[in-house]
Amino acid sequence: MQDWKTLQTALSDHGYVASPDLAMALHIAGTLGRPLLLEGAAGVGKTEVARTLATMLDTELIRLQCYEGLDAAQAIYEWNYQRQLLAIRASAEDGHTGQEVEQRIFSEDFLLERPLLRAIRRPIPPVLLIDEIDRADEEFEAYLLEILADFQITVPELGTITAISRPHVILTANGTRDLSDALRRRCIYAYVEYPDRETELAILAKRCPEIEPTLAGQIVGFVQALRREDLEKVPGVAEMLDFAAALAGLGINDLSQDPETLQATLVTLLKTAADRSAVPMEVTARLAGRVA
Amino acid sequence: MSPSTRITRFAARDPGVGARLSGFMGHLRENGFRLGVAETDTALQALAHIHGIDPQEVRLALKAVCAGSEQEVGAFDDLFDSFWMNHGRVRQKAVSTTASAEAQHSRSTREDATRSTGGAGRQHAPDDPGEGDSASEGTGKLVASRIRQMMKKDLREMVSPQDIRAAEVIARRLGTAMRDRRSRRRKAARKGATIDFRRTIRASIATGGDPIRLARKNRPDRPVRIALLCDVSGSMLPYARPFLAFVAGLMRADPATDAYLFHTRLVRITEALRDDDPLRALNRITLLADGFGGGSRIGDNLDHFARTYARRFVDGRTVVVILSDGYDSDAPELTGQALSRLRRRGCRIVWLNPLKGWDGYEPVARGMAAALPHLDLFAAANTLESLAALETELAKL
Repeated sequence: MQDWKTLQTALSDHGYVASPDLAMALHIAGTLGRPLLLEGAAGVGKTEVARTLATMLDTELIRLQCYEGLDAAQAIYEWNYQRQLLAIRASAEDGHTGQEVEQRIFSEDFLLERPLLRAIRRPIPPVLLIDEIDRADEEFEAYLLEILADFQITVPELGTITAISRPHVILTANGTRDLSDALRRRCIYAYVEYPDRETELAILAKRCPEIEPTLAGQIVGFVQALRREDLEKVPGVAEMLDFAAALAGLGINDLSQDPETLQATLVTLLKTAADRSAVPMEVTARLAGRVA
Repeated sequence: MSPSTRITRFAARDPGVGARLSGFMGHLRENGFRLGVAETDTALQALAHIHGIDPQEVRLALKAVCAGSEQEVGAFDDLFDSFWMNHGRVRQKAVSTTASAEAQHSRSTREDATRSTGGAGRQHAPDDPGEGDSASEGTGKLVASRIRQMMKKDLREMVSPQDIRAAEVIARRLGTAMRDRRSRRRKAARKGATIDFRRTIRASIATGGDPIRLARKNRPDRPVRIALLCDVSGSMLPYARPFLAFVAGLMRADPATDAYLFHTRLVRITEALRDDDPLRALNRITLLADGFGGGSRIGDNLDHFARTYARRFVDGRTVVVILSDGYDSDAPELTGQALSRLRRRGCRIVWLNPLKGWDGYEPVARGMAAALPHLDLFAAANTLESLAALETELAKL
């Protein structure tokens, strides 16, 4: 039995600094074989959890990006229609009966696996990431619940396909839509917050070890102060890492050293025109001065 | 004080961890968590996989299992402390009788989760046998103690069940009028824009692989969602009756509707309105809407809505309906800004103003003037009849 603290350390060895809440949720979801639902603002590293977990377990990451209008054909399986058409033509010329043809074209050979079906047919349990589940519509959510409950998929022409191995399921949501209670209750839940100063420093040290501690402190302080400003899109952890990489690439050692370059590097943090104009040079200088 | 002295001591007659845990589940339920027997079971299993004697680990594990939303995560730590860490006092009986009585109301996993109402709401039934005042405050004891008793007016005096039924009919018609055609999911249809390959191939086996009969699929119509914001400030009181009936009716016609009341603050009443009994629903709203009939802060409330709830509930397929007279004690610019923020979510905004029904009305209220450029429809409505008359206008949206 793996301890949750071991899990936390292992994740951190693979470059992901998890909060105790998150590590415990991952541990329980893993041991009980339940799906894990992660909620939180965009850019706090929800998707990254799945990626790191896959690397850590040395298994495949199967990702299903949800969007409005996502349906079974894209999420579960689809028949390969072109090949079916060809096969029907070919066998009609060979004089096969209708029943033979039907059996042939509705066999495994003609089945195109989509993420959900693929996930339950791997010999080694993969990590199945169902990203932004709240973007899919409610009908799909209901279908997903059914699959997550018993890990089997029924194809009318083939019969029921049962899971060979149970994937580690991680769902993420960032509040586009209210999720149904049924889905929430089926899952182990963790709310991922923006990291606090220490955690974010640890993340930066893991991801960009070449940045020296003083600058790292300044970067994290600056980004955290920026998050408290009134912004439309609050910069996430990924943005912070881009910002750090940009500064390192430009050879900046101190945030207050070159205000104009600093202002220019804000393109990595502020992603809308309104936010750009909300943080003019003076504000940047004030924030940078405070953390220097 | 060391942690161990803070831990609650249990009366000896409570047998073991199972009973205590179900006591804790009852405690969470009393405070608005929606948990069933299945969760207790999961929690017990989870505890088997951690060091059950370390309070911190137990806290984290139970949080992962029991909390199911951001709010619940926020509330969990306090609830955990109040049950398990009450400074060595003896808890008389872990499984209290109220908790077990409420457990019957809470839903099991197998029930359809989105439709039924929460356990807490049931307690407002007028015929509920007296459970004592402390248990009948609805949203939970922690929350209830914070409710300020300002100018509480009972909505039941203002709205009758007949009103709601009449409003329901109108609301249903309006909902149909506002359908749009933007579903992206395709369904089999007799006439459609794209070919349904699956059915076509099936049919083509009979014709030797030549797809002679093409099956088609189409995008079905899809109803829009409605988010209603109803102003219940003092100046709106004369119109509260038709408007609240309308809100309740719309909710009953289409359960996906989202409803809010605002005066000096914004209150989400969607959950309360989902109660099967319309009168009981109004009863629950009365509890939520303290300060009813007071001043109004439209700009501030709209801004709050745009920043919080709208992110979750408003998208391109939503029509936001605001029922207000536009008399605002906030700066008018705030209303304009809030509406433009809301618009960026792609929704359509309808403002129904009771005063516009008066002859010679001009939107002179400054808040109203600031709002006008952001509205898709600005119309009069002060009775249920005038709401019904909006059908054609809404269909054009």
